[in-house]
Amino acid sequence: MKTKVKKIIPQLLTLLVVVLIFGFFTYNAQINMDNRGIEFGFGFLSQESSFDVQFSLIEYDGSHSYARAYLVGLLNTLLVAFIGIIIATILGVIVGIARLSPNYLIERSAAFYVEFFRNIPLLLQIFFWYFAALRALPLPQDTEPMFGVFFLTIKGLFVPRFIWENLDILFYSILAAVISIAVIRNYARKLQENEGKQLPVFSISIGLFVILPIIAFLIGGVSLSFEVPVLKQIATTSFIYEGGLGLPPELIALTLALALYTATFIAECVRAGIQGISKGQKEAAASIGLTPNQVLKLVIMPQALRIIIPPTTNQYLNLTKNSSLAAAIAYPDLVLVFAGTALMQTGRAIEIVSITMLTYLSISLTISLFMNWYNKKIAIKEK
Amino acid sequence: MNKLNFLKPNKENLSTYLYTGSFLFLIAVIDVFLGAFFEVNITFFLPGFIGFILPLILGIAGLRLIRIEYSGIPKLDLLNKNINTNNFNAILTLLIIFIIIKSIPPILSWFFIDANIAGDSKEACTGSGACWTYIKIWLRRFIYGMYPNELQWRINISFVLLIALAFVGYFATEKLKKFLTLYYVVIYPVIAFILIYYLISGGAFGLEWVETGAWGGLSLTFIVSFFCLIFCFPLGMFLALGRRSGFPTIRYISVGFIEFWRGVPLITVLFMSSVMFPMFLPEDFFMDKLVRVIIAISLFEAAYVAEVIRGGLQALPRGQYDAAKSLGMGYWKMHIFVILPQALKLVIPGIANTFLALVKDTPLIFVVGLLEIVGMLNLAKTNPKWLGFAMEGYVFAAIIFWIICYAMSRYSYNLELKYKTDR
Amino acid sequence: MSDKIIEMKNVNKWFGDFQVLKDINLAVGQKQKIVVCGPSGSGKSTLIRCINRLEEHQEGNIVVDGNELTEDTKDIEKIRAEVGMVFQQFNLFPHLSILDNCTLAPIWVKKMPKKEAEELAMQQLKQVQIVDQASKFPGQLSGGQQQRCAIARALCMEPKIMLFDEPTSALDPEMIKEVLDAMVNLAKQGMTMIVVTHEMGFAKEVADEVIFMDEGMIVERAQTKEFFANPKSDRTKLFLSQIL
Repeated sequence: MKTKVKKIIPQLLTLLVVVLIFGFFTYNAQINMDNRGIEFGFGFLSQESSFDVQFSLIEYDGSHSYARAYLVGLLNTLLVAFIGIIIATILGVIVGIARLSPNYLIERSAAFYVEFFRNIPLLLQIFFWYFAALRALPLPQDTEPMFGVFFLTIKGLFVPRFIWENLDILFYSILAAVISIAVIRNYARKLQENEGKQLPVFSISIGLFVILPIIAFLIGGVSLSFEVPVLKQIATTSFIYEGGLGLPPELIALTLALALYTATFIAECVRAGIQGISKGQKEAAASIGLTPNQVLKLVIMPQALRIIIPPTTNQYLNLTKNSSLAAAIAYPDLVLVFAGTALMQTGRAIEIVSITMLTYLSISLTISLFMNWYNKKIAIKEK
Repeated sequence: MNKLNFLKPNKENLSTYLYTGSFLFLIAVIDVFLGAFFEVNITFFLPGFIGFILPLILGIAGLRLIRIEYSGIPKLDLLNKNINTNNFNAILTLLIIFIIIKSIPPILSWFFIDANIAGDSKEACTGSGACWTYIKIWLRRFIYGMYPNELQWRINISFVLLIALAFVGYFATEKLKKFLTLYYVVIYPVIAFILIYYLISGGAFGLEWVETGAWGGLSLTFIVSFFCLIFCFPLGMFLALGRRSGFPTIRYISVGFIEFWRGVPLITVLFMSSVMFPMFLPEDFFMDKLVRVIIAISLFEAAYVAEVIRGGLQALPRGQYDAAKSLGMGYWKMHIFVILPQALKLVIPGIANTFLALVKDTPLIFVVGLLEIVGMLNLAKTNPKWLGFAMEGYVFAAIIFWIICYAMSRYSYNLELKYKTDR
Repeated sequence: MSDKIIEMKNVNKWFGDFQVLKDINLAVGQKQKIVVCGPSGSGKSTLIRCINRLEEHQEGNIVVDGNELTEDTKDIEKIRAEVGMVFQQFNLFPHLSILDNCTLAPIWVKKMPKKEAEELAMQQLKQVQIVDQASKFPGQLSGGQQQRCAIARALCMEPKIMLFDEPTSALDPEMIKEVLDAMVNLAKQGMTMIVVTHEMGFAKEVADEVIFMDEGMIVERAQTKEFFANPKSDRTKLFLSQIL
């Protein structure tokens, strides 16, 4: 009985303290809100927002609800995160592998990149790209096009818009390519198990992926035309490009800074993963006659990926959270649109900040859960 | 006369290959060098595109020729194995060398040659390079923020005292050594707090009061970093212990706390501190902006420190716990004397990383209106008398942060090495 | 065409400035079993690692099964498929089961069908008496079991030569016997073996010749009986007195 009491008392005490603290906060909040005449409730979400957003992936203007504004902000955040993650991964893997190169110059250059971009605050990097680097770009009317159709100006990057005819046929051809690749891979695997012969699956997959859509182009009536951005004058000294897709400089600066910064951490994860494989593994694999490519594919990468993927996923999460710095340069992400403008207009601090934090929490928890599942699934069995 | 098969250099005609190859390589480098530094184009007689590509081709050919296996000259073999193992490697090496050569003149000219530092107004910046005059004039603001000029000696004294007191550890005699931990964890922070409260903030003993809103610049960066470091470390330690506790309630509360703060961006936390905190506190309880920010950042970083320390606690072999228990040590004794000292040594790099991240996160406090150095930069660049010098400001701040962060990571690396040999 | 399956002529090797192999001349015939012993740092491991080109020699000439080992050798993998190696640290692939460890090379290098590879693997695992562990993972086995699997893995490529680099040095004493038994078994079946080891009992039982190396040179080489009964060099005598 005594031990049970000993176990229960500290827990009860802690619980009591926590409850008291929360109670204190809630009580004060009630009083403060009463005093200022603010109500608590989520009804405001369906009210008209009456503010515009500079950049949005979906239809939106001032007549839409706050809930829709939230969605716009969320989509913008996810857009930056998505593009940033892709660029950061590619860059990080390249730099990570370069860090292991026996070539002194390559290894030092990669090390320089990592040390340089890692030790400067992300906010400073974002400011630099936005206020200093991108400001140095020319005005629309003075821009020389890259490859004739890309215009990198101070007002953003304007690219041609794709206009598809019969897009669905192209879509089906890609779907067919994917399915046939899956079938071929299955067949090749069975063939190897039964007869030992190996098919060049990779080349065949690439071939299919390229040829089937081309066939769709030629005989399926799919056609692609470009709407090239065209310079248009909207005021006496102000020009803009119309007709193409415009990527605002805020988006470019944010994505660039995020990718360059996060890539340094990913590079270190990749390096640690590959270095973590003992030399003996490579030697043993070589000694049974595997080619260097086979050694990499069958022995090194499976083990290295187990070490690389968990911290890299953590970096993806960090990138997504860091995208909230968009507020500093007025890119309309979730924080700026919802916890910034909407909050200022409605004054519903508690509700809005809670929703924002909950959104990020959900993203984090989803990725954590996925990480745990993945780790359990591929864990190397031990005694 | 042997037929020289140029495609396959071999040992017999070593000197020929070596000299030809080196000659070609040198020509390539000189071409790029002259072009970058002196704007002299020695291949002006060739059409533009070929002249551009020529150094690359010459360089590749040169490196190909000196790629002799087992030449017997140790330095050449080393060079070949390192940067010249195959054509791809050779191309990359050349490109890196060329890029370095091509980028030195513009950097040198912007930083030094065409830059200005004399004078005290915008007109003094006549060159096309950096305007360091801008930095020179604004330096006081960048370091002290809006703190009144005549009172800045107070900040200087506080920092000098703090730094001096930090080195007390070196001079402790044997008798006093056991009080060191107590000193660093309790006494030092208390002294720091008193200095900040009375000397920098003032309002008593005849010193004029300076509100925290006027504090800024690099001094604010240090103050925020310092206090957040002091608070988040013990809090993180308790959270880490709580997460591994045998009591379910404590465990769940710790986990919830940690996962919450790790799941949200710092900027929302700061928003919360400026917008929501006032709501949660009694009407007339005013908490200074700076205090709120320090509390918010400390709670935030404590969650990350907790995870790092937890890693160390887990990595410790179970035998340590068993041995301590079998000697009759209770939970707290075991952790204070056996577990934590070892676990903390294990995770020095992780903690250093978190501290570094903390320092790099301080610029975010601009969202609550506090202007540390990056905030001051943004303020300065909108001043009508000094428009257009954003680049200089950011480069200046980047250099300062880079030095601080690099120094910290080097120090932690050395600490790690020192403790590794101890084991 | 010589009948020697391994020939090393005037082989010299440096690690930086340090010369680790000095003028090595060695010829090994088919079905021969050779034990290489010597103090640590004498270059014995480096010697056998040169045979399957895990280390590269700077001077001299190494011919394995009629193929000379040079910088240019593109078919080094083919040669390595004929030469099996067992390491001191086992180096099993932890992410694959024992069976998969053994069938990996036959499937991907010899392009064997999976069923055939698995039969071969089970056969080899039976030889080293570990067939009941086939579906387990390396992390679940003891040191002795892991090393026997490593032997089976090397044997699955049906090599002509087997190299052993201190195979029992990382094992607990009670497990050394099971590994040595597996190696004796292998020797009885006529495999050409070069073994770097300190286990002189094994040498006496199985080896045709013993080589003593010191400071990068082959100091003495003799038939087993002769070597232990009448060591000629003083250094050999000193070494033997220390380990016997």
